[in-house]
Parts: sequence; structure tokens; C-alpha cells
Amino acid sequence: MAARQVVKIENVSKIYSLGDVQVEALKNVSFSVEEGEFLSVMGASGSGKSTLMNIIGCLDTPTSGDYFIEGRNVSGLSGDELADIRKHKIGFVFQGFNLLPRMSALENVKLPMLYNGVKPHDREGKAMEALEMVGLADRAHHQPQQLSGGQQQRVAIARALVNDASMILADEPTGNLDSRTSLDIMELFAELNRKLGRTVIQVTHEPEMASFSRRILTFRDGAILKDERESQV
Amino acid sequence: MISIRETASISFRALMANKMRSALTMLGIIIGVTAVIMMFAIGSGANRQISERFSSMGSNMLIVRPGADQGPGGVRSGAVNTLTVEDAAAISSECPAVAYAAPTYGGGAQVVYGNQNWSTSITGTTPDYLFVQEWTVASGTIFTGQDVRSATKVCVIGQTIADNLFGNEDPLGKTIRVRNVPMIVVGVLGEIGANAMGRDQDDVILVPVTTAQRRLFSTSRTGSVSTIMVKARSAELLDAAQKQVESLLRMRHRIRPGNEDDFSVRNMAQMVENAKAATRTMTLLLTAVAGVSLLVGGIGIMNIMLVSVTERIREIGIRMALGAKKVDIRLQFLVEALILSLVGGTTGILLGTGGAMAVSGAFGWAVEISPFSIVLAFGFSGLVGIFFGYYPAWKASLLNPIDALRYE
Ligand SMILES: Nc1ncnc2c1ncn2[C@@H]1O[C@H](COP(=O)(O)OP(=O)(O)O)[C@@H](O)[C@H]1O
Ligand SMILES: [Mg+2]
Repeated sequence: MAARQVVKIENVSKIYSLGDVQVEALKNVSFSVEEGEFLSVMGASGSGKSTLMNIIGCLDTPTSGDYFIEGRNVSGLSGDELADIRKHKIGFVFQGFNLLPRMSALENVKLPMLYNGVKPHDREGKAMEALEMVGLADRAHHQPQQLSGGQQQRVAIARALVNDASMILADEPTGNLDSRTSLDIMELFAELNRKLGRTVIQVTHEPEMASFSRRILTFRDGAILKDERESQV
Repeated sequence: MISIRETASISFRALMANKMRSALTMLGIIIGVTAVIMMFAIGSGANRQISERFSSMGSNMLIVRPGADQGPGGVRSGAVNTLTVEDAAAISSECPAVAYAAPTYGGGAQVVYGNQNWSTSITGTTPDYLFVQEWTVASGTIFTGQDVRSATKVCVIGQTIADNLFGNEDPLGKTIRVRNVPMIVVGVLGEIGANAMGRDQDDVILVPVTTAQRRLFSTSRTGSVSTIMVKARSAELLDAAQKQVESLLRMRHRIRPGNEDDFSVRNMAQMVENAKAATRTMTLLLTAVAGVSLLVGGIGIMNIMLVSVTERIREIGIRMALGAKKVDIRLQFLVEALILSLVGGTTGILLGTGGAMAVSGAFGWAVEISPFSIVLAFGFSGLVGIFFGYYPAWKASLLNPIDALRYE
């Protein structure tokens, strides 16, 4: 049976206007991502990767073109409607981890459930489950500043897992980590993708990190240069 | 939208993360509310004290004085010897709305008993004076109408006099010398207390008005009195009594229409109102000043909330990325401001109540802490929180998640 289409981008353009200068960050981009894919987006700095991720993550809207999540067109939605999509469909992993300080790892993982309607007494269990998946159950009560970078990123991944999102979006998730830790994080993504069937879309500069994924989308000047799939054996 | 309870717990944690700053931010509200509560307590205490004291004087009382009234604080002009004992008698017999009328004439005097002496005020009057003032005789009797007619040398003394001249001795039947005139004590007044101006009313000696006029304070114009105290049949009849007294006296004094009265009538109810209005104005003024400090406290909250929003832009971005809506963010900061102002307000209410009690203990002032002022102060601090918290909260909710996430 054909896998479900999680992301469908159709002729999407994004133009930033800075006074009279217009920057065309995305130029008529079209592609789609199916459920269970592990996709890496590559390209030089300024090629439009983050712009694309922001649109996929419903943090931003395209200037023109259509974007469908699981078949639903979300291109013209308002800020609050996008927030609704984000809390159910998207799990973010950021380059800078973006955990809330003065909150334990567990509380950080519980945070998305505050907004997406999971009942308070179910939250703790689900958050612990997610922490176990990333191997940090024993650090549940540590605060971010008491954790290493790699551990913080694992907490962030647990936070992205906890709302059972349709996809995990990671914009340069290893950009702030050393190479050893970066590889661990990639292993984790690969494992989540392989074992749990989670759809993962990541941005990376490094071919070594991209090699963990099964599809690589390369951008140049806001357009897709290459779309390569690992041949399935 | 997430629940208020959860919002409150987020806001509370954020405030606890910065305890010192939160406490200092509340200080403005605390000071403002404390001041408001204290002003209210002292003001309404003073107001009640005034009404109590005046009502002990009887609010259905008129005071008639000789000479025309030039209005409050004005100087009386014209003849000053226009009122007589007969005027008082006529008022009491001919004005239907009047229950009692009693003339007074007297002055200060030295009184001596044995080797004790005391300086007091002598009021020459008629027996009805007791009814006008609603005083009682504790022992003995008041002098009679016959005593007034024949200017007998008898007197009724107040408690203060009894205590100071006689100590434990029974004053009845004893002779005291008032301005060297021997007078027999026929009665002792029941205890009265202080009057509206705080004067000890027990420090008084009542004598027949004629005795005062002829034997104690004789003047060239004998027969005139310095006031006529009038008691209306009821507070409702006070105005009617005033009109009747005025027209009776104009007739008796043969004043032609259009000519000015040669006497003036003061209405006790009006005097109470004037005194109350004065304290009300004062209270209002002080409360307004206190209210201004409450506003300043509110501006302090707004200031800190703006700083707090700026410091937490990244947090706002993260929350938005995780699905927080504008209203969630707005509520979070609004509730933070509200907690600051309400906790500050409650602290202020407690401090103000304690302060008012301390003031009353230290200076003996009457204070009255009304539930109304507490509800008002609490409600007002809530409004201050919402009003001054709204702008920072609204600013926070307008942030764009991408920019907020990227903010350093
Ligand atoms: N908010 C913005 N306003 C104006 N220009 C922007 C903005 N965001 C990105 N750009 C421009 O769009 C282009 C693509 O940027 P971006 O998507 O961040 O690239 P990448 O993530 O691949 O490095 C760049 O030229 C960048 O300067
Ligand atoms: Mg980028």
C-alpha cells in the first residue's frame, strides 16, 4: 500500500521584502515527503533551507504556492490556526536546543502537552516515556544547565516526540555539537525513524550527517538542485 | 486556550524565579494600598466620631443667638442684647414644632468649697435646659421655675465639679462660693462626656438664669441672654421649628418685613453636615494622593513587565513553536501582572489595617476599617494589574515566532 503523503509542497515561493530590495528565498519549489521518510536538506548558506523549514514547520507562510500537511492545505492559515497545526503535527529540534531554563528536563518535555490538550495527569507518563526513548530517563529532574549539549539536544528530541507529531523538523540539530555527539544524535534520529517509523526532516551542512538519512534534497539559490534517494535494497 | 489554573502556575513560577524583582515591583502597589486603607480608616473613623459627638448633643437642636448672622465664620453685627428670657418662654409655648427652649447666660467663674477651688463655666438657664440637652440629674433635683422667678442662690453641678471640689463627700445641701456668692448645691448631673469639640461637658455648673444675670454676672442691660437653645419635637420638624422660631422672634422684636433679623438661628443638623463634609473632603484629598501612588505602582508593574517580556522573547518563541496561541501568551503575562498587583494589594490591605490600628493605639484616633474600603482596594489593585499588565502582554503576543526564536 502507498505510504501517506505527510508534506506536499507545490510551487512554493517565498519573497522577503527589505525596503525596496526583494530577496527571493524560495523559487517555485515543489516536492513531497511520505510518512516514514528520513530526509536531509542540504545546500550552501543562504540557499533557503531555513526558510523552507519554517514553512514546513508552519512558523511561516509561503508568499505563493500551496502547502499540504496530510492532505490539508495550510498555506493561507492565520497565526493561531498555524499554532493549532504546530501543536499536533510538528515536533521541532533546534540548533540551539531551546530548552526553557529553570525547568527540569521532564518539565521541558511536558511543555507541548500544556498546549495540545493532553490531560494533566497523563503528561508525566508520556514525558517519561519520551525521555526513555532518548535514553535520558535518569536525568529527568536535571535542569538544562546541568546537562551537556548532547543531553540537552536529546531532551529537545524527547520534547519533539512527545506530541506524537506527524514529523520531526530539525534545522541543523548538530550545529552546536562536537562530531562524536553529532553522530550519536544522528543515530538517535535514524533509530526513531527506523524503529518507530517517525518522519524526520533535517537540515545539515555535513555529508556525514546527511548519510544517515535515506533521501537528500540539495538546494541552490532557493531552488532544488538535486533530489537523491538511497536505493532501497 | 490553556486553563487559567495552569496559566497561573506558569506565571507564578516565572515570578518566583525572580523573587527580589517581584517583591520590589509589588512595593509600589503595597505602599499605595496601605496608604489608601489607612486614609479611609482614619477618615471614616473621624467622620463617625463627629456624628457620634454631635448626635449626643441632639441633632434636632437649634441655637438662637442675638445679632444678625453674617454666615459661617462671619461677624455678628447689630445689637447684641436682643434676646430675653421671655423670648425663650414664648418660643417654647408658641411654636408648635418646638419641644423645649431654654435661655443661657453665664460665663467663667472661680468656685470654692472649703479649701478646694476650681475654675469652671457657669450656665444660667431654666429647668428645661436639661430636656434640651437630654441631660439627667444623678442625685438631688434641678432647680425649679420658682427658683428662676426669684433668682434663688442654688445650683446643679456637673460630675467634674463634684469630683474636684467634693471628692468622696456628698455635695447635696452643701454651700459653694461662686464668685464669692454662696450657693447651695441642690443636684448633681449625670455624666455627660466630651462634646463635638472635645470639651469636657461635665465641667459645668447650672444656675437659674436670673441668678446668673442679677447676682453673678450683672451687666448694665439686665434681662438679656446670650443664647436660646431650642429642641424641636423631632429631627423631621427641625426646619419647621426653625421657621416658627424665626417668625415668632421677628414678631416679638417688631422687625418690619424686608429688615434684617436681629438674631440668628443655627441648625444643628447643618452643622453636623458641615463638619462631616469637611472631613469627607479631607479624606477624599488624602485618598486621592494615596491613589496616585497606587497608579505609580501600576506604572512600576508595567515597566517591569516590559523588561520581563524583552528578557523572555526566546521563551515566548519556544512556547509559540510548541503550539501556544497569542491568547495563551497574552494571558501568561497578564496573569503575572495580576498576581503582582493582587499579592501587593493584599499585603497592602494587611499592612494598612495594621497601620490604622497602630495609629489608633498610638494617638487614640478613632479608625474604622470598612469592608467597603478593603473590597475597593483589592478591586482597584486588580484593575491596576490588568490595565498596566495588558500592554506588555499584548506586545508579547504580537511577537512573530521565527523572530522570537532567533532573538539573542
Ligand atoms: N527574515 C528575513 N528577512 C529577509 N531576508 C531573509 C530573512 N530570512 C532569510 N532571508 C534571506 O533569505 C535567504 C535564504 O535564507 P535561509 O533560508 O536562512 O538560508 P539557509 O538556512 O539555507 O542558510 C538568504 O538570502 C537570507 O538572507
Ligand atoms: Mg539556516
